Amino acid sequence: MKKFAWILTLIVVMSMALSACGQPPAPAVEPTEAPMEATEAPVATEPPAAPAEPFRVAVIMPSAINDLAFSQSMYDALLRIQEEMGGPDAFELVYSEGMFVVDDAAAAIRDYASQGYDLVVAHGSQYGSSLQEIAPDFPETSFAWGTTAETFGQPNIFAYEAASQEGGYVNGVLAASLSTSKVIGVVGPIEVGDAKLYVDGFKAGVAATNPDITVNVNYIGSFSDVALASEAATTHISAGADALTGTAQMVVGAIGKAEAANALWFGTQSNQTSLAPSIVVASQVYHWEVALREIITLIGEGTLGGQSFKADLANGGEVIEFNPDYALPDDVKALAESTIQGIIDGTITITLP
Amino acid sequence: MITDLLSTTVLIGILASGVRLATPYLYAAIGETFSQKSGVLNLGVEGQMLIGCFAAFYVALTTGNLWLGLLVAILVGALMGLAMAFVTVNLHAQQGISGIGFYLFGLGMSELLFQRLMGTVETVRGFPKIEIPVLIGIPFIGEILFNQNILVYGAYLLVPLAWFILNKTTLGLKISSVGENPDAADSLGVSVARVRYFTITLGGVLSSVAGASLSIALLNVFQQNMTSGLGFIAVALVYFGAWRPFGVLAGALLFSMVNSLQLWVQVLNIPIPSDIAVMMPYVLTILVLVATVSRVRAPSALTRPFEREE
Repeated sequence: MKKFAWILTLIVVMSMALSACGQPPAPAVEPTEAPMEATEAPVATEPPAAPAEPFRVAVIMPSAINDLAFSQSMYDALLRIQEEMGGPDAFELVYSEGMFVVDDAAAAIRDYASQGYDLVVAHGSQYGSSLQEIAPDFPETSFAWGTTAETFGQPNIFAYEAASQEGGYVNGVLAASLSTSKVIGVVGPIEVGDAKLYVDGFKAGVAATNPDITVNVNYIGSFSDVALASEAATTHISAGADALTGTAQMVVGAIGKAEAANALWFGTQSNQTSLAPSIVVASQVYHWEVALREIITLIGEGTLGGQSFKADLANGGEVIEFNPDYALPDDVKALAESTIQGIIDGTITITLP
Repeated sequence: MITDLLSTTVLIGILASGVRLATPYLYAAIGETFSQKSGVLNLGVEGQMLIGCFAAFYVALTTGNLWLGLLVAILVGALMGLAMAFVTVNLHAQQGISGIGFYLFGLGMSELLFQRLMGTVETVRGFPKIEIPVLIGIPFIGEILFNQNILVYGAYLLVPLAWFILNKTTLGLKISSVGENPDAADSLGVSVARVRYFTITLGGVLSSVAGASLSIALLNVFQQNMTSGLGFIAVALVYFGAWRPFGVLAGALLFSMVNSLQLWVQVLNIPIPSDIAVMMPYVLTILVLVATVSRVRAPSALTRPFEREE
């Protein structure tokens, strides 16, 4: 009896070791740059001066660093900062991905903090309450989390969020201009936070461009159910949609269904062009480095938290990346660009329900 | 609004979606039915699915050969099944725990291989839809049932085949006797170990094919943890189906149809909050389970390791 209990323990430990192997501490990979054409370069900010000691950052993410969505947006931003600051010698980056279990994430946050990292990023709004509990124990460590504006009044917690409704609005304007069936489908995860902002912004963009278009929204109740997300896309297409969008990492299957039906796709969080180059029109991409730069500068000056940052089109924290292989009519592109400018200038205001 | 649900397009949409969504559940749950009939609870289904899902996808991606992908998934599934059988039969493991171990192994291993070998989400061209001549012409039904890919047809053909094996063959009789009373079966010369090795390995193969049906036939993409709990629902469906292949079919279809119904409910803008809509399949399944649970009892030796009295 004891023998098999021992073997089982071994198997469980082995599997955990295997999952851990998926997360090498010092990634040597370069970000793969998809061919893209940004409407505007991110606002140039002076990179923070590299300190003599390497600046050490740890990040905890709910899904994979290459999910083409939420986690990748943060990972890519950190790699860009690393490059700006002079590579791994000046900027040490470690990460834990796939932390969909909040308890595991909390343990990782505590571990990194006790190892003396300068900045620990908890990239997921589900990590908030853990962070609120852990941060006071490590007053010398700076924490950042998102997407939210809540710093819990803690002097060592920064918060960051994205005005996802802005890119959603631009995507909505594009979709409304290109849809001929006048039906557009949206595949969402759960009706909260970033996803809800994006979807509401998208609906506002469509309504402002052509109020006769029907936008069907489907929240599938999961961030990971690829099968259900893809069936939701099929449902939209059966209901007559010829343009689709969706947010969170489970949409990868839905993009395939859109491609098979030759319906257009509008991406968000990361550039999703590589999944279906013939039908992806544009993607809203988060450039968290805008917030990260400020956070790192503040830490250098001795401020460890207490502020929140918002990434939007105006500060370059959000960029609309068009797919160069999709033949976007000139007038539609001009409309998209004037919409982006309008949002930046404040001449377009997005009314959310 | 609510009457929109009764239009032909919508009804066909709901039923066709349901038929597709049920496919992976069928493979996994029929495989699990075989294991449980022989007295072995395999909770590692989800892990085996993920491994099969990745193996099939990766081979199809690199060689461009879908059949080779499927074959590799079958082989890998058999290996996972054999490992599970070794732990269960030879080491007499506590099945609830060892199954979870295998789940974690599959989850971690598929993620590791995905990171190391692919690095990013990619797509493949999966098994194409095949229209069955003549039958596709049947109004309504034709469009729902006879325009699917090969792995969907395979899942539905598996149900009567499994029924035949379990109910009409000596092998089926041996499986049931091992699951009901292994001591008696053993005394009559049936090798409990051999029967269980067979059923657990078959379960591994079918779970792996269930994963492959997602990655190279229905979704044509691989993402970490993409089965998203499907394997655990498959285990529940075996109880739901009362260890009978056609019962499993009914359960898988009910769950999937209600799931596709809720997708349409949202698309048609019927004013039900999305949180409530996504609960529907689970709530309904629990209700049916509660209403019918007493009719059949589980195989008597389920989860009981067999140790021969020497």
